[in-house]
Amino acid sequence: MSIRVRFHLPYPAFTLDVDLDLSGGGITAVFGRSGSGKTTLLRCIAGLEPTADGLLTVNGETWQDGARRLPVHRRSLGYVFQEARLFPHLSVAANLDFGRRRIAERERRVSLTQAVELLGIAHLLERRPERLSGGERQRVAIARALASSPRLLLMDEPLAALDHARKQEILPYLERLHDELEIPVLYVSHSPDEVARLADQIVVMGDGRAVAHGPLTDTLARVDLPLRLGEDVGVVFSGTVLERDGEWHLARIGFDGGEVWVRDGGAAVGRTVRLRILARDVSIARSHHDDVSIMNLLPATITTHAAEDHPALALLQLHVGNTPLLARLTRHSARRLELAPGQQVWVQIKAVALVG
Amino acid sequence: MSPTDLAAVWLTLKLAATTTIVLLLVGTPVAWWLARTRHWAKGAIATVVTLPLVLPPTVLGFYLLVLLGPDGAFGRLLQASGLQPLPFTFGGLVVASVIYSMPFVVQPLQQAFEAIGEQPLEAAATLRAGPWDTFFAVVMPLAWPGFMTAGILGFAHTVGEFGVVLMIGGNIPGETQVLSLAIYNHVEALEHDAAHRLAAGMLVFAFIVLLLLNVLRPGRRR
Amino acid sequence: MANPLHAGFFAVFLLSTAAAHADEINVAVTANFAAPLQKIAVEFEKDSGHRIVPSFGSTGKFYAQIKAGAPFAALLAADDETPARLEKEGEGVAGSRFTYAIGKLVLWSRTAGYVDHRGEVLTKKAFAHLALADPRLAPYGAAGVEVLQALGLFETLQPRFVTAANSTHAYQFVASGNAELGFVALSQVYKGGRIAEGSGWIVPQALYQPLRQDAVMLARGKGKPAVEAFLQYLRGDKAREIIQSYGYTL
Repeated sequence: MSIRVRFHLPYPAFTLDVDLDLSGGGITAVFGRSGSGKTTLLRCIAGLEPTADGLLTVNGETWQDGARRLPVHRRSLGYVFQEARLFPHLSVAANLDFGRRRIAERERRVSLTQAVELLGIAHLLERRPERLSGGERQRVAIARALASSPRLLLMDEPLAALDHARKQEILPYLERLHDELEIPVLYVSHSPDEVARLADQIVVMGDGRAVAHGPLTDTLARVDLPLRLGEDVGVVFSGTVLERDGEWHLARIGFDGGEVWVRDGGAAVGRTVRLRILARDVSIARSHHDDVSIMNLLPATITTHAAEDHPALALLQLHVGNTPLLARLTRHSARRLELAPGQQVWVQIKAVALVG
Repeated sequence: MSPTDLAAVWLTLKLAATTTIVLLLVGTPVAWWLARTRHWAKGAIATVVTLPLVLPPTVLGFYLLVLLGPDGAFGRLLQASGLQPLPFTFGGLVVASVIYSMPFVVQPLQQAFEAIGEQPLEAAATLRAGPWDTFFAVVMPLAWPGFMTAGILGFAHTVGEFGVVLMIGGNIPGETQVLSLAIYNHVEALEHDAAHRLAAGMLVFAFIVLLLLNVLRPGRRR
Repeated sequence: MANPLHAGFFAVFLLSTAAAHADEINVAVTANFAAPLQKIAVEFEKDSGHRIVPSFGSTGKFYAQIKAGAPFAALLAADDETPARLEKEGEGVAGSRFTYAIGKLVLWSRTAGYVDHRGEVLTKKAFAHLALADPRLAPYGAAGVEVLQALGLFETLQPRFVTAANSTHAYQFVASGNAELGFVALSQVYKGGRIAEGSGWIVPQALYQPLRQDAVMLARGKGKPAVEAFLQYLRGDKAREIIQSYGYTL
């Protein structure tokens, strides 16, 4: 995937000004707090902001440049809105067919069956949208977008309007989407959990600009980013299930630079999984101790060091092999232990979350 | 019922049907524009469309007679393009009725369009539907109750119109003598029985129309 | 009478009785006679002190309204049948009927020189529309039909009729140019002793029944001196002069 995005759109309240080269497939999270311009960026890409100036090429196809601008309906995209926006006068089946029957036969890369099966909505086809739950509606909306075989799928906080239980209902479907389809996705979210679970790339938005972008693991591990994640600062990386211990219900996960034990989430040996480690769950020791409750003790090298928002705190980047980790500790401790870049230390990881 | 009365009934239905069709064809784009535009002229256009509500029908009819007549701007335009003058013709009645009943069609349509909002239209566009396609596949079905209301009101209002056709029609049997004029003539000629028969028919018609309107109201979607 | 509400009612009562004694009378007047009547009313008020409150409209409508109890003291009709009928039916005061004006019919066009002085335009010009008041409803319309029948033109010209609800509308059809010519009341186009605009043929009286416009006192006006005075005045020289200046004969 290669998406070249350059937009300038002045609004009274803020100005969107982005210039991005999004290469690398999978899901790209567009992350930022509300009002940072995430949705506006997505709407510009879709062509829903007619006054936006810019340049947009998607996999070699020019959708917009100084001279011309493809109207929305000529852009091969799927758009999932925050509120599902199903057509109330059409059944689920007719909603699904709406986009599909408007594209040429040879363009139909995703079949209706595939979309229905992927989102698990086969039992809903005859229903009217008004008789669906919020989560079902959103699944239908996603399937509807997929069924139009888009070259680019835009998702604007598709889970934001749903409660926790509904989110948990849908997230597995989004993961399947990620694993089974080749369609690049731009996924707007302000939820670190969703990003950690789904994204491969991340674009961080702030005040209408792209503050940072790159692969998820590298970008999240940067200590110089004004990500303002607060308690959610941490890293996400992937690993492979090496062993499952039936007696203690634990799984051993290997990653580039070491291994950790996590609660067994049911993933089979050999499966690739995602691990998320929050900075606040990582502490540092100068030497190896066996007499602590923490299972995951790993040797690491300090790479960088930065102050946190709160004057008492410091954020430390370390590497375990090639995998970066973040650790949050008090400035006082950092001074007491005389921590400095290049130093070899032990990291104690209190909690590792399997996020997918 | 006398043959002229029957002719008047038939003519009235023909006029109302023609007018309703023309009104829906003309009123839909006007209502669509009014519902979606942020143009500075919106207020002015909306007001012009509403004006027939304010003017007494005979006054409106009189101005149409003047405007469509040989001295009027439109009359001259018609003459210059070699067309028949409109007063005293069925076509003239249609034109007058369209103007007269315009607000009754435009307003329900505009409200229906406004109620749909931007969201379904954007959704349709991202699903490859062009503007016309979106209109027919999304807007029309969603605004269907509005179209029903507009059509029924336009039709009923045309059936009941009197002052305008009185002025511009010339009361020509089979051409411009509509039901309301026939009733009026019967009353004026003191033929009260004939007037009552026609008026009763008209009332029954109005009752059925309004009943339909209420039964077919939105909120009972399948 | 301490209660202000009572005082208010009392004031209203006083005012209404005062109005009754001011001798204002409501008179129903055919629309074609509106202009002369307004002039006559001014003169009458000057000479007698009584005030005329006219309602202008069609004679047929007035008939229905009078039957329904409308508060008119007198009717100045566009024909002689309606007053006779009212008298017979008891709403008109017996013996109060008289002809206040005889209308004259004119074949009129707003185009100068279009209508000749012998009415030959009816056979010679290829006009599309001939306007006239509905013959069933309006005496001037009926007179127009009589004229055409007398000339043997009725069958030929009927398809070109545009009929108006009354003589005023017929005049508007012609005045706006939508009908090339039409039968209207001479009073509608006559000013200062001649046809003021366009061209017209004042149809010879021999071709149609005289358009007698009769007045009648109504039951509601009976015994009111002001009403009697007005009807008397209408027959006097001053009124006659005004009536004739509008193209009526007497």
